[in-house]
Amino acid sequence: MVALATYNQIENILALVKDPEIPVLSIADLGIIRRIETGEDGHPIIAITPTYSGCPATEVIEADIASMLKLHGITDFEIRMEISPAWTTDWITAEGRRKLAEYGVAPPANKGKAALLGQEEIACPQCHSKRTELVSEFGSTACKAQYRCLDCLEPFDYFKCV
Amino acid sequence: MTDKDMLFDYLLRLGDNSLILGQRLAEWCGHAPMLEEDLALTNIGLDLLGQARMFLSYAGEVEGNGRDEDRLAYFRDTKDWRNLLLLEQPNGDFAMTMARQFFFDSFQYLQFEALSNSTDERLAGIAAKSLKETTYHRRHSTDWIIRLGDGTDESHERMQRAIEALWGYLPEMFDMDAVDEAMVVDGIGADVAALRPEWDEYVNGVLTEATLTRPEDSWSVRGSREGKHSEHLGYILAEMQFLPRAYPDAKW
Ligand SMILES: [Zn+2]
Repeated sequence: MVALATYNQIENILALVKDPEIPVLSIADLGIIRRIETGEDGHPIIAITPTYSGCPATEVIEADIASMLKLHGITDFEIRMEISPAWTTDWITAEGRRKLAEYGVAPPANKGKAALLGQEEIACPQCHSKRTELVSEFGSTACKAQYRCLDCLEPFDYFKCV
Repeated sequence: MTDKDMLFDYLLRLGDNSLILGQRLAEWCGHAPMLEEDLALTNIGLDLLGQARMFLSYAGEVEGNGRDEDRLAYFRDTKDWRNLLLLEQPNGDFAMTMARQFFFDSFQYLQFEALSNSTDERLAGIAAKSLKETTYHRRHSTDWIIRLGDGTDESHERMQRAIEALWGYLPEMFDMDAVDEAMVVDGIGADVAALRPEWDEYVNGVLTEATLTRPEDSWSVRGSREGKHSEHLGYILAEMQFLPRAYPDAKW
């Protein structure tokens, strides 16, 4: 076990690391921090998971975690990438979902497999209308799809379910 | 071949499939018929690249000769590549790209589904992660097959031409050689021959909805498992490998 003080300290520091593509979200909001534990020689290990296999933000996040920890005086640590269990949008926190909506990105519909199969109802982040249509399943980043609102006519990003 | 050699070869097949198709899709960057599609093709290519990195890193560790993902991607010549012949075929027109994508997505979806139950935990983890992405890929290419097949006279004709041009590359996906058999016996690999009926059912359903005609099984080519490739692979590698080969110590 990482000593409680250190654990809380690391958790607080990690909360300062933002997602490089959606900077309103912390990596904790995104649910990509899987564990904080102690290595054999006592140093903390931070296990993180990538969102998408080819997500170029993953390496940036790793580097950002390292520099944030160092900035706060923690120099002896290890960051471990774990792909299993695979990241799911269900791990985005309630706080993260609220921040996404405020930022203008429709948060993922929290319905697991039905959502992955495209059976979901997406509300417009501007006017909250549910009359929206899919423009493309692939958007500005791997995690987003492009939608359009049929009421206010605004195009918007949707954080798609995986 | 030792067990280790076979696992290495098996992982190369999986990684090379993703890498070569990803490289092909990257060629569309800035050239797709519309912006949304440009983003889609390159996003899919990026997913494939990510998958390739996971498979090739693992392959390098299994081999144990100090080759990492980059070494395997940039410093192997054509005869050492194990990607399916289908995937190195040129992009052609948009119909050709989508037909290639649809046939492979439909295959890879089933392959990853099977591999996510592998007794090799690391392989199972990569497959389970990638399956989520492939689910999106398959839906995207399926939509296009239907939209173009059941579209205008010209789009229908081009789509029919594309599926006929690629049809003979498809049987290779379901081949089982000694490595495949050994991997199945060990519970590591997927029995791809056994995936054929389900693949047929899915593909037939989509072709019917797209008003396309399933081609006759009149010709087939194979050879990728022994490193025998079409002439196209060399050109792909020339472009992909040029920089690291010319400047082996380059960093970015
Ligand atoms: Zn709206």
